[in-house]
Amino acid sequence: MSEPSQETSASTQFDELPTAPPKRKIRLSWPGKIGVSVLIFWAIIVVIGPTIAPYHEADILDEELFIVPGSDEMYPDTDFQPPSSIVLLGSDYLGRDTLSRILFGARTTIGISLLATLLAYLIGVTLGIAAAVGSKFLDMCLSRVNDALLSIPSIMFALVLIAALNSPGIFWLILIAGFIYAASVFRIARSLGQEVMVSDFVEAAKVRGEGLWWIITREVLPNIAMPLATDFGLRFVWVILFISSLSFLGLGVQPPMSDWGSMVKENLSGLVYGSVAPLMPALAIATLTISVNMIVDDISAATGGKLAKRMIS
Amino acid sequence: MLWRAILGRFGISLVTLWVVSILIFIGTNLLPGDVAQIILGQTATPESTAALRAKLGLDKHPIEQYWVWLQNVMMGDLGISKAGLGAGLGTPIVEMLGPRVDNTLRLTLIVGAVAIPISLFLGLIAAMHPGTRLDRSITFATLNLISVPDFLVATALVLIFAVSLGWLPSIVYLRGDETGWVLLKTLAMPILTLVILVSSQIIRMTRATVLNVMSSPYIEMAILKGVPRRRIILRHALFNAVGPIVNVIALNLAWLVGGVVVVEQIFSYPGLAKLMIEAVQMRDMPLVQACAMIFCATYIVLIFIADIASILSNPRLRHPK
Amino acid sequence: MSDLLEVDNLRISARNDDDELTPIVKGVSFTVGRGEVVALIGESGSGKTTIALSSLGYTKPGLEFTGGEVRLEGEDVISMDSDQLRGLRGHRVAYLAQSAAATFNPALTIGEQVTETCVLHGILTQEEADARAETLYRALELPDPDKLGKRYPHQVSGGQLQRLMAATALCGKPDLLVLDEPTTALDVTTQIEVLKAFKSVIKQEGAAAIYVTHDLSVVAQIADHIVVLYAGEIQEYDTAEQVVEKPSHDYTRRLMHAVRPPPAAGQGDETTGEHRREAPALEVKDLLAGYGRIQSGLPAIPVLRDVNVAIERGHSVGIIGESGCGKSTLARVMAGLLPAAEGQVLLDGEELKPALEQRKREELQKIQFVFQMADTALNPRQRIDNILGRPLEFYLGLKGNEKRRRIGELLDMVELPQEFAGRYPEELSGGQKQRINLARALAASPEVLLCDEVISALDSIVGANVIELLKRLRKQTGVSFVFISHDLSTVASFADEIVVLYAGRVVEKGVTDKVLSPPYHPYTRLLISSVPELRVGWLEETMQTQEAQAGIDRVVTLKDKGCPFFDRCPVAIEDTCDQETPPVRTLAGNHAIECHRSEAEFAH
Repeated sequence: MSEPSQETSASTQFDELPTAPPKRKIRLSWPGKIGVSVLIFWAIIVVIGPTIAPYHEADILDEELFIVPGSDEMYPDTDFQPPSSIVLLGSDYLGRDTLSRILFGARTTIGISLLATLLAYLIGVTLGIAAAVGSKFLDMCLSRVNDALLSIPSIMFALVLIAALNSPGIFWLILIAGFIYAASVFRIARSLGQEVMVSDFVEAAKVRGEGLWWIITREVLPNIAMPLATDFGLRFVWVILFISSLSFLGLGVQPPMSDWGSMVKENLSGLVYGSVAPLMPALAIATLTISVNMIVDDISAATGGKLAKRMIS
Repeated sequence: MLWRAILGRFGISLVTLWVVSILIFIGTNLLPGDVAQIILGQTATPESTAALRAKLGLDKHPIEQYWVWLQNVMMGDLGISKAGLGAGLGTPIVEMLGPRVDNTLRLTLIVGAVAIPISLFLGLIAAMHPGTRLDRSITFATLNLISVPDFLVATALVLIFAVSLGWLPSIVYLRGDETGWVLLKTLAMPILTLVILVSSQIIRMTRATVLNVMSSPYIEMAILKGVPRRRIILRHALFNAVGPIVNVIALNLAWLVGGVVVVEQIFSYPGLAKLMIEAVQMRDMPLVQACAMIFCATYIVLIFIADIASILSNPRLRHPK
Repeated sequence: MSDLLEVDNLRISARNDDDELTPIVKGVSFTVGRGEVVALIGESGSGKTTIALSSLGYTKPGLEFTGGEVRLEGEDVISMDSDQLRGLRGHRVAYLAQSAAATFNPALTIGEQVTETCVLHGILTQEEADARAETLYRALELPDPDKLGKRYPHQVSGGQLQRLMAATALCGKPDLLVLDEPTTALDVTTQIEVLKAFKSVIKQEGAAAIYVTHDLSVVAQIADHIVVLYAGEIQEYDTAEQVVEKPSHDYTRRLMHAVRPPPAAGQGDETTGEHRREAPALEVKDLLAGYGRIQSGLPAIPVLRDVNVAIERGHSVGIIGESGCGKSTLARVMAGLLPAAEGQVLLDGEELKPALEQRKREELQKIQFVFQMADTALNPRQRIDNILGRPLEFYLGLKGNEKRRRIGELLDMVELPQEFAGRYPEELSGGQKQRINLARALAASPEVLLCDEVISALDSIVGANVIELLKRLRKQTGVSFVFISHDLSTVASFADEIVVLYAGRVVEKGVTDKVLSPPYHPYTRLLISSVPELRVGWLEETMQTQEAQAGIDRVVTLKDKGCPFFDRCPVAIEDTCDQETPPVRTLAGNHAIECHRSEAEFAH
């Protein structure tokens, strides 16, 4: 019934077979590639935006600009003008150039969000690692307070603080956003840190007699840097949306300064005339946040969705 | 064991609520400035300031103030709004809240009733056919929607449905006696906006949860046992995903709170969130405290429900050894 | 009539992100006759599971059929549509997976999962299926067969779940069973029982089977034919007797060679440290240790009790026991990772502080710990030269050229090429990583090396090579070894002395030859008799013996009083063994047994 023993190529070397498939590289899908380009575009705008803007952000455009050649109208409307060759993205409620204001506002929106995210990371990662490597008591105290902070919806918390501080300036805005988002960074940094702390290689370092500083800087941090970097992207998106929402509610960036969120708010009245003025800055925010999310999506796909899972829960 | 787990959760929720109340109290008393003076403004005289301070209990120690406030809150007395205080007649906050809570509750209930079935359906469809064009479009669309600001969705919808098509009103004007179609049409814009925002969250998380369960070894085993696909999903997978999915829904309803703030503002909808914004703008601290407490309590209750759902769906807790 | 299953020139490939195909199974052909058991044997990556799953018309995600046929009674299952496959799976071909704990749905009752298939396929009604399930529970010697169906998977033990999976597979009376490493995750004493149950049920039901494993001695007990696989190709294919007794292929011989002989007296490695000093290199005295908060001297979960072990200079001591017996905990206490609740740890006769934070650097240097999983014990973000260089720098203060030279020497010692110094751990295979893991411990120039299950995660040939390396290193360096393993054969081939742990107590210890020859502690006897021998017919012989009966799967419990082995002991004395802690009987030649029975009674 069975065939006689069969032999295949006798010269096979029988080396140990590879244990794991080669690591997957991060591969950018086309949305991811677009995301990277848009991100680079905005990074450049942050630097050179004001210099390439056709007008100054505060310039109220001359009526003459809008006179249609050949028409005898002397005083045309300058506010809520539709996009044209004079104002590429239209004009706002005061008759200022929307494009120029977006180019100027990029600095404020991206700058504030970036600083707030960095602050959130500074606080969150420091305390998160401390909770992960420190004593059980320290961990318990920090985690309890953190849980309570997390159970206040971030926008509510910000509203309470802003009310208490009586419409504070940009400095306080960054501080509030950084503080509120530090809570979620703390949670991620702590859980990543804890995971590494119980790994065998950290135990090996402990058995060797290594100090806490070595363990944190050489064993823990290099191993959580990548997931934290990805999380930074997501957190940055949330901070942008958060700051913009506050500005939109009139409680974030205050006049005379303006950012994309407050631009939406101040032009909201144009909505009933079908003006695109409130839409344009909102779209600017969207291009930025969607881009970051597309890139993060590609990265988490390459890491087997592990990151994404952690961030959902 | 089950009851212990539930009671434990309940205890944790109570403690969290308590810590939150402290945080809110500290937050609202962050500035050492004399609230009475701020309230009275230019009309302040030393006597009137002192009288108001006494009336508001500001002459007491902060801890005592907190204690009095907490007791009052628990008795259902949320304090007196600053509105009209200068004239010596503060409005009790409870009276101001009533209609606002009704409005917000009505909006969220309708949104929940519409969004939950739609998003469960779409999330399950996407999870059942991973990698297909349908799944990819759903994932792509929802990723975009959760990435953009709430007010972009709202303004875009207004431009389309109110301005271009002229089908729906761009702001909500509630007279209070609307019913049926009229009410639905009046509320259509905020409902539509919130449904889109909440659904994208629930769809993504439902899909992720079900896919996670579908990749477990016992699902592969069910396939290898020749169990039909329908039964695999409805009995083997869904039974294990119910807890996480209820969790997802509760979390997103809680998240609705944030969305509501922006949406109520944009459509001038007279809900609780709009009241809070007004309170913040006027620095009406007792009102801010009251609104924040209501939102946080709702949030904590929803999270508690989510936790209970995951406890109940855990066979290890339902059937101890 | 032809064979039940014909696998004909089967080819399966993996598709990667670039849409390139990598062959996994490269033209494999074999047949399974009715009622016949064919074993697929090979190491990880050999494609054995992939081939076995093809008989259900299934490939793991990412894999696809690229050629050949798998015919069940002449019908190609690869080309079946999904409705036909559903009718095939669970009905004509049933699958038993390696880990029952993961493959049982935690949310459904056992009964529903066992009977589901045959009810769905319309073979039996629900009542008939329940009755059949109960019959199968009895045949598989499962406890409470009448109530078992209403329980949930987490309410029964691992060994029981494994047998329940057999019940699931057999419930639909399949023609062919596919068993994928069904005993690999089990302890030896449980394995023997599950094997026996499988074998008798397969015979009773007249089903044919494909048995996938990496363990030749298990295969010898159960298979009629053996297919030896390497990298997706058949190396040897013949009857079980022929392959086991007269292997013709080079690779099979290497596999056979890697199977360590069953434990018996006279095979231990010869002692190298002749010059005994007064104090042992490492000693633990009256150890009490466990996890959780210590209250009135007793940890919340005590794991080790009254443990006394001494490691003489240059000796190797093997610590053996089944999962949960506390052997890894013992190593952790020695290393200082887990401070003991009571008792002492002595290094060169000097008492060490319990916690490692309190120990001096020189003390830490002398005891080095080699972790079980090289995958997780090496920091993935550090290059090999950093991994090996750190202890050199930390303990010995080596720097620059001197350090580099020493790293080179260490790589030589563990037989790895010099250029590995510049690599990261993920660029190494499992065996190579384990060698680096060893080299790191050696870099400290230790006196005692604690090896915790260092080869249990490795394939048999690779593991055998690591054991050879360890033996050579021992002779070269004169280091004392504490060698922890659940595998008695491995310990027997390496250790001078053996310590047998059961439920946190030392039940027997002494020189390897003494422990492995009578008189035995009843548990040692059970352990020895449970290790499968590489010959056909061993299982039947063993099952006749009294010891095997004691293997009946019971949960090992830690006890405050009496002998922990009482529940399973075939010679237990009622009212004595369960009440009083057994005395330590010291026999001739420094051989100690902890038992109420006397020396004369041990003898048989």
